[in-house]
Amino acid sequence: MIAGVVGVSAAAFAYTAGWLSPHRLTPTRMVDGFGPTTPEKLGHRRNHAKGICFTGVFDANGAGSALSKARVFAAGSYPVIGRFNLGTPNPQATDASVRVRGLSIDIHTPDGGEWRSGMISVPFFPVSNPQAFYALLEASGSKDPNAMGQFAAAHPEIKPFGAWAKTAPWTGSYAEERYNGVNAFLFTDDAGNTRAVRWTMEPAAQPVPVSPDELAKQGPDVLEKEITERIAKEPARWTLRLQVANDGDPTADPSKAWPADRRTVDAGTLVVQKIEPESDGPCRDINYDPTVLPAGVSTSDDPFPAARSAAYAKSYDLRSAEAAHYPRNDGKPEGATP
Amino acid sequence: MSTSLGTPGTARDIVRTRFTATQRTLHWLMAAAILAMLFIGVGMKSTITPKYLTLVSIHKPLGIAILVLALLRLGVRLRFGTPPLPADLPAPMRLGAVLSHWALYALMIVMPLLGWAMLSAAGYPIRLGAGITLPPILAQDDHLHAVLWSLHSNLAFVFFALILLHLAAGLFHALVRRDGVFEAMAPVSDNSVPGHRTPTAAE
Ligand code: HEM
Ligand code: HEM
Ligand code: HEM
Repeated sequence: MIAGVVGVSAAAFAYTAGWLSPHRLTPTRMVDGFGPTTPEKLGHRRNHAKGICFTGVFDANGAGSALSKARVFAAGSYPVIGRFNLGTPNPQATDASVRVRGLSIDIHTPDGGEWRSGMISVPFFPVSNPQAFYALLEASGSKDPNAMGQFAAAHPEIKPFGAWAKTAPWTGSYAEERYNGVNAFLFTDDAGNTRAVRWTMEPAAQPVPVSPDELAKQGPDVLEKEITERIAKEPARWTLRLQVANDGDPTADPSKAWPADRRTVDAGTLVVQKIEPESDGPCRDINYDPTVLPAGVSTSDDPFPAARSAAYAKSYDLRSAEAAHYPRNDGKPEGATP
Repeated sequence: MSTSLGTPGTARDIVRTRFTATQRTLHWLMAAAILAMLFIGVGMKSTITPKYLTLVSIHKPLGIAILVLALLRLGVRLRFGTPPLPADLPAPMRLGAVLSHWALYALMIVMPLLGWAMLSAAGYPIRLGAGITLPPILAQDDHLHAVLWSLHSNLAFVFFALILLHLAAGLFHALVRRDGVFEAMAPVSDNSVPGHRTPTAAE
């Protein structure tokens, strides 16, 4: 009887922990989906692994207050710690080899509010839900030559991504990219009205198309060099554009962009003022968890932010435990020998 | 004042046979809360569904509530002591009871502190909901984060194992030894425990 009570309790615990269900999609499995942890990955983010830090400000113009009571939308200037990055699990990838680029921001406001967001240069996500993303990672890591074909057949929503990857122009600068939040969040205004919103960062710099081959000739870290030199001369800017869903727009599926005629609100300007190498820059130890939101913004029925939060925490646990493998540079320029 | 568990006596040197009502209430309330926390903890680390966010949003405030209650409970414990263990309880069991109870107290206090410190070291905001954000108790430090995280995770399993042992011991007292130890903590009123007398102020 005693053994029974203890045994049942232990079994319930093991079940909750997922030890009895090897097929459950846990954060650990999700993160393992990005491939084996080869030595060069130790200490780095498990995805969007290559990046460079920046600091700057977000100058809010006040217009965003029409949608959310968050302090970050009240007119004012708020400090930002951010990161330009490449959508690859390989921290040593050459810049010209990675199709998807990212921008991450962490904005603090004087009321103690904080907003973290990671955005990508694709205007929509390749797949509809986190389970499909895991299936995509599995298929693309598979040795079976038919795996991707089978995946695409089961997930037709991937088609627009394939088209984007082929046709969208490459640029030679992080500053010339538009970055898309892709996920839908709920914005609550002062009166308590709640609306579903997605956001983008529209670059002030004019995009200049360049072929990946030309880019490759300029070296493995061409984007990092370019942005460092560019910002040393003058700040780069983006307009934060909020897009409001109409009733019935798909809020739970980031693979479906909302029609371009939806109401938009330009809420302010992101000003990037200073670039620092990641190894000892201020973005290094930040987990750009998209569920760190100010009061006035909350998660919607989009399942991605929760999945990202769980996976990023796991990635953070791993990389912070491996930090010794990714030495800090103590202010020396990256690549300098000690 | 008695401060070692399992030793008879209270601040007023009254030999009681049961824990005070406050102690019993705290014990069972916290037993439920701590068991819930352990399940929520491993549950949240095993899912990427929106349940993850719900579980995390319970884990943090409930964990901090446990910290507050545990400190309160420790105060109550130091003030009122415990009823004596049965005189015929073998010495090893007596020692086991004393040590395991102190270990449980330690974990009730250390686990939430580790959670709080771990998030502080990660530079992650510690939101308890309802607009309450706790200040960090450590500066951001990835190495410390790693240490605190592994302690929080591993001690959670130690905690659970200890609770199972404690549960087994409690049931052993109740069902096998029938020595009144379980009744001392049982979540019932004094009147329903045979042989118990409530000490009067005159004693
Ligand atoms: C379930 C789906 C997803 C998974 C499992 C996933 C996984 C990851 C992981 C493990 C990291 C590294 C986190 C860290 O160590 O701090 C990361 C970073 C990132 N992800 Fe995702 N991701 C997902 C969806 C998305 C979506 C929808 C976007 C689009 C907006 C996105 C954009 C980014 C960006 C920009 C970063 C870089 C963050 C930084 O600079 O630290 N991810 N992702
Ligand atoms: C999360 C779970 C639990 C924790 C953290 C916990 C903790 C404790 C602690 C610290 C004490 C010592 C009391 C003191 O000296 O102030 C105690 C006593 C006791 N607990 Fe628990 N407990 C838990 C669950 C349970 C359960 C499920 C039972 C059921 C069998 C139980 C039965 C008892 C009994 C009978 C005592 C009195 C022991 C004595 O007279 O010395 N406890 N508990
Ligand atoms: C009695 C108190 C607590 C207990 C019993 C407890 C238990 C647990 C357990 C069992 C886990 C899962 C460990 C794993 O599977 O690796 C966990 C994880 C976690 N706990 Fe707690 N916890 C407590 C208090 C707290 C508090 C107060 C906080 C924060 C304010 C906190 C924050 C966390 C976090 C952030 C994680 C996830 C860590 C990770 O990234 O792996 N915990 N906890």
